[in-house]
Amino acid sequence: MSQAEDIESVDEDGVIESVSGPVVTATDLDARMNDVVYVGDEGLMGEVIEIEGNLTTIQVYEETSGVGPGEPVQNTGEPLSVDLGPGMLDSIYDGVQRPLDVLEEKMGTAFLDRGVDAPGIDLEKEWEFTPEVEEGDAVEPGDVVGVVEETVTIDHKVMVPPDYEGGDVTAIEHGEFNVEETVVELDNGEEIQMHQEWPVREARPAGDKETPTEPLVTGQRVQDGLFPLAKGGTAAIPGPFGSGKTVTQQQLAKWSDADIVVYIGCGERGNEMTEVIEDFPELPDPQTGNPLMARTCLIANTSNMPVAARESCIYTGITIAEYYRDMGYDVALMADSTSRWAEAMREISSRLEEMPGEEGYPAYLAAALSEFYERAGKFQLMNGGEGSISVVGAVSPPGGDFSEPVTQNTLRIVKTFWALDADLAERRHFPSINWNESYSLYKDQLDPWWESNVAGDWADTRQWAVDILDEEDELQEIVQLVGKDALPEDQQLTMEIARYIREAWLQQNALHDVDTYCEPEKTYRMLGAIKTFNDEAFDALDAGVPVEEIQDVDAAPQLNRMGTAEEWEEFIDEIENDLKEQLRALY
Amino acid sequence: MKEYQTITEISGPLVFAEVDEPVGYDEIVEIETEDGRTLRGQVLESSEGIVSIQVFEGTGGIDRNASVRFLGETMKMPVTEDLLGRVLDGSGNPIDGGPEIVPDDRQDIVGKAINPYSREYPEEFIQTGVSAIDGMNTLVRGQKLPIFSGSGLPHNELALQIARQATVPEEDEEGDGSEFAVIFGAMGITAEEANEFMDDFERTGALERSVVFMNLADDPAVERQVTPRLALTTAEYLAFEKDYHVLVILTDMTNYCEALREIGAAREEVPGRRGYPGYMYTDLAQLYERAGRIEGKEGSVTQIPILTMPGDDDTHPIPDLTGYITEGQIMMDRDLNSQGIEPPVNVLPSLSRLMDDGIGEGLTREDHGDVSDQMYAAYAEGEDLRDLVNIVGREALSERDNKFLDFADRFEEEFVQQGYDTNRSIDETLEIGWDLLSDLPKEALNRVDEELIAEHYREDESEAAEVTADD
Repeated sequence: MSQAEDIESVDEDGVIESVSGPVVTATDLDARMNDVVYVGDEGLMGEVIEIEGNLTTIQVYEETSGVGPGEPVQNTGEPLSVDLGPGMLDSIYDGVQRPLDVLEEKMGTAFLDRGVDAPGIDLEKEWEFTPEVEEGDAVEPGDVVGVVEETVTIDHKVMVPPDYEGGDVTAIEHGEFNVEETVVELDNGEEIQMHQEWPVREARPAGDKETPTEPLVTGQRVQDGLFPLAKGGTAAIPGPFGSGKTVTQQQLAKWSDADIVVYIGCGERGNEMTEVIEDFPELPDPQTGNPLMARTCLIANTSNMPVAARESCIYTGITIAEYYRDMGYDVALMADSTSRWAEAMREISSRLEEMPGEEGYPAYLAAALSEFYERAGKFQLMNGGEGSISVVGAVSPPGGDFSEPVTQNTLRIVKTFWALDADLAERRHFPSINWNESYSLYKDQLDPWWESNVAGDWADTRQWAVDILDEEDELQEIVQLVGKDALPEDQQLTMEIARYIREAWLQQNALHDVDTYCEPEKTYRMLGAIKTFNDEAFDALDAGVPVEEIQDVDAAPQLNRMGTAEEWEEFIDEIENDLKEQLRALY
Repeated sequence: MKEYQTITEISGPLVFAEVDEPVGYDEIVEIETEDGRTLRGQVLESSEGIVSIQVFEGTGGIDRNASVRFLGETMKMPVTEDLLGRVLDGSGNPIDGGPEIVPDDRQDIVGKAINPYSREYPEEFIQTGVSAIDGMNTLVRGQKLPIFSGSGLPHNELALQIARQATVPEEDEEGDGSEFAVIFGAMGITAEEANEFMDDFERTGALERSVVFMNLADDPAVERQVTPRLALTTAEYLAFEKDYHVLVILTDMTNYCEALREIGAAREEVPGRRGYPGYMYTDLAQLYERAGRIEGKEGSVTQIPILTMPGDDDTHPIPDLTGYITEGQIMMDRDLNSQGIEPPVNVLPSLSRLMDDGIGEGLTREDHGDVSDQMYAAYAEGEDLRDLVNIVGREALSERDNKFLDFADRFEEEFVQQGYDTNRSIDETLEIGWDLLSDLPKEALNRVDEELIAEHYREDESEAAEVTADD
């Protein structure tokens, strides 16, 4: 059931039997599983999660203090649904798609009251509808019948809802309408509005999944360069607190080259969401230059908001993402954090006194996680086009221990793993993605794209960097025992090169105006410059130059400044020339 | 209001009673024992015909003849500006012998979540006068920054120092008094510790602008559930209705969580990690998230919760869940403490998530971010080298490595070390920082902008020595 509907028409009433936190039981309620109900005199929104004889168990999306037995329960007869239509971008919702700005206005206070409802999209607002079909055209479910300019960046495509039959267009409107007015009529009597509803727990239908071959360019060197994610791929970012999960997620939301970004703050900090709300409207989208919010939909269910709505916010987000996918867009969905979602499931499950699985999580944890990640992918659409959803889920393992159930069940599904490392974070190496533990299974299928769009030797250069880092890892063990100076000269030099790869290339300053976004060409050239240093330095070493002298050349520390250099092409050209000159002058 | 004499079961802190009229969840209950004592409790679960009640003062003395009254409302805190200067017990009753409190308003203690859309992002630098915090883990107004400590470490001294010294320098200059109102919520601390706090409040005159809530170690454990909520309700009232900048110190959160576990066990709930209830994250979030700023409101709530990590283990559920909710943490370190460093803050595992937006040009100083990053990196490198020195000795290390080792030592002895009575301005803190960084070779300062190096780096060692001489 979505808030856009009229609730007066319902009459199957039940009576509350007991209340314990967010879990309420009711008797005499005629309801199906997952129906949305309104609980108590204040009409708190809830969802049916268990039916046993005459007893119905409901999880309530709002605080239940003061609610008592005997109060009524109303059934809407509809499952939890979202309103889909123009106006979702540039919006910020809670976990059940209530717009937070509208709630503030309706409640008249900065604190979230309860029992207040608001539709997910503005039902009054009029949009300019431009038809894309003509009278007599045959349309099928998923077909685009017209467009609406939703924001400066995004054209919202009005589609035949997937549960319609389709037919010939008999009437079509042109001009300004609100989302509830009919804009297209079909010969079988079906009427199409700019607004659809869809139950959140059900994936929207689409055609076959394809193998993704295009990377989601993130503008982050360690991700693009070493562990790329595909458009339509899945990734997990696990890390202990303070390792930079949220910053990494936000960087992806800001700079990745998706058409649409859905950002879910699930059980995280209020101030963090505020930061996103304040920053995004001011930041330019790197692709179009328009404000970032014009392509972003935010869902904020902070840690102190009701736990049941935390459970549903993930579904709300992915359903919105699917709707934009159906229009043919590449959508990126960030979920921060999926652990809070899993904990919400655990909390509800334990109130239901279900038999717990590992660490108290419900036995269906793995199924719920894989069902969610499976909604990502690159799809053939019902209308013949293509669209994708990439999902990046943050995981917050207790104590930073990756062997816990949420991390492990997630890793079994996702194909890109960005492991955040507390040690790196402590020494302020950001992004603190550990290069030894992380992996991307998309690497091989994406290489052709990098090679034809950025540089022919992309994969070879990456492999060179990986080899150096591996070698450093091995040498480090020896250095721990005997000290660096005891190593042979060539190995000392390798350690030095590895240091530059780590400090100048892998590290990236999210707070620096220039360094925060690194285009793939720059990523490639920066690594190239370090490789130049490597090649020239080993030539010099072979010619008998002592390693200290090689390390001390003036141009080498300049490598650390590449990331922040504005005119990076000239800057890198210059460094490469200086390195060659200065190193060759030594012999 | 209906009175029942229908208690059917008493178990630990819980009482079960039969009722013939519906009772609301979370409602307040008064239980009168036969000897005339009145105990207060709260409805934990309400079903048709029976309710379970959690009794704050403990169930001692209750028998099946005790009478139960349901007050028909959830727990409220009487709030007024006159609370400043008062000392209350863990349930909010005055214990300082002062006049009765005449409330302006009575507010629900559970509190409602702040709409994230209505929040204002915190970015006003608070100068605590402690270098390890101001320089490396800056606190801002509206932040929640806990102190992760261990038994026997001087976390109370640090908390008191912050409460004493915290100012917002910008507003200080304008002279409109930027002192904080301090709300102190004690949960299960010993009478001795409580005296220390009270003595310090009285000695420094801070009591006048403080409200103290005391639940001591021998007070009922269940009451600890209520104490922080009373404190935070008072804080919100003062901040968002009376325009105060409020600093809330909650100590010790570990005792609070123990109480949570006790109730969970009494209710026979399915336990989560280490026996703590599965909803502990949500419960803690409902406390910690009551910090922040609201658009259009003058005041702010800043929180410094203190917790002692059992076994100094930061992966224990209490610090772990706290760290996931709060905006960073200040980590106390046992080794530094035994070296006599005051305050013994280990900056490496410490963090302030809101630091980056609260520092820099116009807020603190242009070079603040770079200096702090560079000191982090250099100190971490020095720390690593210490392990190596134990094996190979100093002689085997290069000259560069030796400089980093010296840096790590000086960092602890001169930057972190300052004593609990020294109040350093942010300028002093950063100058000490440059002083230490100038011992490192210039090329090693890869985190600092070149222009800033040119401006601040001390080429001449003797000049550097002069500046340190006077502190």
